[in-house]
Amino acid sequence: MQLDIGLNVLRALGGLYAILVAASASVLWLRWRAPENDRTELVQRIRSWWLIVSIFSIAMIVSRNVSVAFFAFVSFLALKEYLSIVPTRRADRRVLFWAYLAIPVQYYWVAEAWYGMFIIFIPVYVFLLLPLRMVLIGETKEFLRAAGTLHWGIMTLVFGISHVAYLLVLPEASYPNAGGPGLVLFLVFLTQFNDVAQYLWGKTLGRHKIIPKVSPNKTWEGFLGGVATTTLLSLLLSGWLTPMSWRIAIAAGLLISIAGFIGDVTISALKRDIGLKDSGSMLPGHGGILDRIDSLTYTAPLFFHFVYYLYY
Amino acid sequence: MNSLLRFLFYAVFIRLIVLIILGLNVRHRERLPKAGPAIIVANHNSHLDTMVLMSLFPLSLLGKLHPVAAMDYFLTSRIFSWFALKVVGILPIKRTVSRGDDNPLAPCNQALGDGQLLIVFPEGSRGEPEQMQSFKGGIARLAESNPTVPVTPVFLHGLGKALPKGETVLVPFFCDVFVGEPLPWTGDRRSYMRQLDERMRQLAAEGNFPAWD
Repeated sequence: MQLDIGLNVLRALGGLYAILVAASASVLWLRWRAPENDRTELVQRIRSWWLIVSIFSIAMIVSRNVSVAFFAFVSFLALKEYLSIVPTRRADRRVLFWAYLAIPVQYYWVAEAWYGMFIIFIPVYVFLLLPLRMVLIGETKEFLRAAGTLHWGIMTLVFGISHVAYLLVLPEASYPNAGGPGLVLFLVFLTQFNDVAQYLWGKTLGRHKIIPKVSPNKTWEGFLGGVATTTLLSLLLSGWLTPMSWRIAIAAGLLISIAGFIGDVTISALKRDIGLKDSGSMLPGHGGILDRIDSLTYTAPLFFHFVYYLYY
Repeated sequence: MNSLLRFLFYAVFIRLIVLIILGLNVRHRERLPKAGPAIIVANHNSHLDTMVLMSLFPLSLLGKLHPVAAMDYFLTSRIFSWFALKVVGILPIKRTVSRGDDNPLAPCNQALGDGQLLIVFPEGSRGEPEQMQSFKGGIARLAESNPTVPVTPVFLHGLGKALPKGETVLVPFFCDVFVGEPLPWTGDRRSYMRQLDERMRQLAAEGNFPAWD
C-alpha cells in the first residue's frame, strides 16, 4: 500500500501514542498512590485525547483528501457549537444554512490546492454575500450584531481552521522529507502541547495573574513557562518534521506559543460574554470542541503564513 | 420487510441526522426507563423531537418504542400513513372526540399493558418554535389509568431552531435533552398536571439558552 505520508510523520504519530500511554500510566500511578482523590475529569480528559489522537491519525494516514475532510468536519462541529451558544435571530435561519454551506466550498478549494480562491473566498465573497441574504429577508433589528457574530464565527472556525488543511496541499518540492503532513503535525501538536504546558507551569508556579478579567486562572508564570517549553520543543522537532532552520524554528515556537495563548483567551472572553464555562459537552473532560481548538484558531493562520512566506 | 425498513430508518438515517448533523447534549441519561411499560413526556417544537427521543434508546428496544401521534395529521394519504405507521411506528390516536366514541386513549392503555414504551407530547401540537405551551390533560388520564407505569419528563431545546413547524430546510444546531426523574401518580389529575408542569419548568431552568428571536 502506498501511503501519502512519510516515515517521519508515522514516527511522530507513534510518538503521540507513546505520550498517551505515559499519561494513562501516570494516572494509574496517581490512583495507586492516592486513591481517595477524585480524578474523574483528568481520566475523562485523557480518554478523550485517546479518541482525538486515534481519529486524527486515521484521517492523516488514509489519504490527503480524507485528512482535508477531517478538518472540514472539525470546522463544521465548531461552527455548529458556536452558532448553538451565541444569540442568533430567528429570521436568519436560512442565512445560517448558507453559512454552513461555506464549509464544503472552502475545503473544496483546499483539496484542489486553489490558493487564490482559498484565501479570498471567505474574507471577500462570503463576507459580502451573507449580509445580502440577510437584507433579502429584511429583518433590520439587531442586523449589525447578527452579521458581525456570524462573520466572526466563520472567519475563526472555517477560514482560520482551513489553514491547517491547506498545509497538507502545499507543494512538496521544497521539502520532500515530511511534507505537508509534517507541518500539520508540528502545528497541531505544538499548539495542543502549549496548552498543556501553560496549564502545568501555571499550576505549579503560578503567582501573578496575567489577564484576570478574562481568565482568572491564567498566570505570567504559566504563560512564560509554556512559551519556553514550546519553543524548546519546536527546536527539537523542527528538523524532523519541517523545513525550518534552528533560528526559524525558535521564531515558530514563539509564534505558536504566544498566538496559542491569545486564541485561548479570546474564546474565554467569548464564553465569559455568553456566561458559559464550557462551550459544549462533546469531549468529556475538555468541554466542547471550541474549548479544544480555541488556540488553533490563532496559531493555524499565523503559522501557515509564516511558513508560506518563508518557504513557498 | 417493514420492520427491517424501520430498523434501517432509525439505526442509520435518523442516527446520522440526530448524532452527526445535529448533535445532542444529554443530561441525566441514566433516568430514562430501561424497559417497558413506560411513558416519556416531552415538549414539542419540531418533527425532530420524536427522532431525538427515539435515538436516546438502545436499538434493542426499538420494537417496543412508539410515538403517540394524532390520527388526523398523520393518517391522511396512503403513502404518508404507511410511512407513519410502519416506518416511524406511531401509535395513532384521535385528537378530537365526539360523543359516543370509545375512550381515545384505549390504544395507549393497551400498548402499555403489552409492555410498550410510549412517547407522548402533551402540548398536542408543535406550536411556536422554542416556546412551551401548557400541557393538555390527556397525559393525566393516561397516568391515572396506568398508575404503576413510570412517566419520565424530558425537556428538549434547540430542535425548534433546527427544524421549526412549517420549514423544510434543516439547519444544524446542537440540541439539549434534559431528562427528569419519573413522576409517580399523585392520586388526582389536577395535582398531577401541576407537578408535571413544575417538573418541566425545573428541567428547562437547568439550561442557559442563548436568545433566539
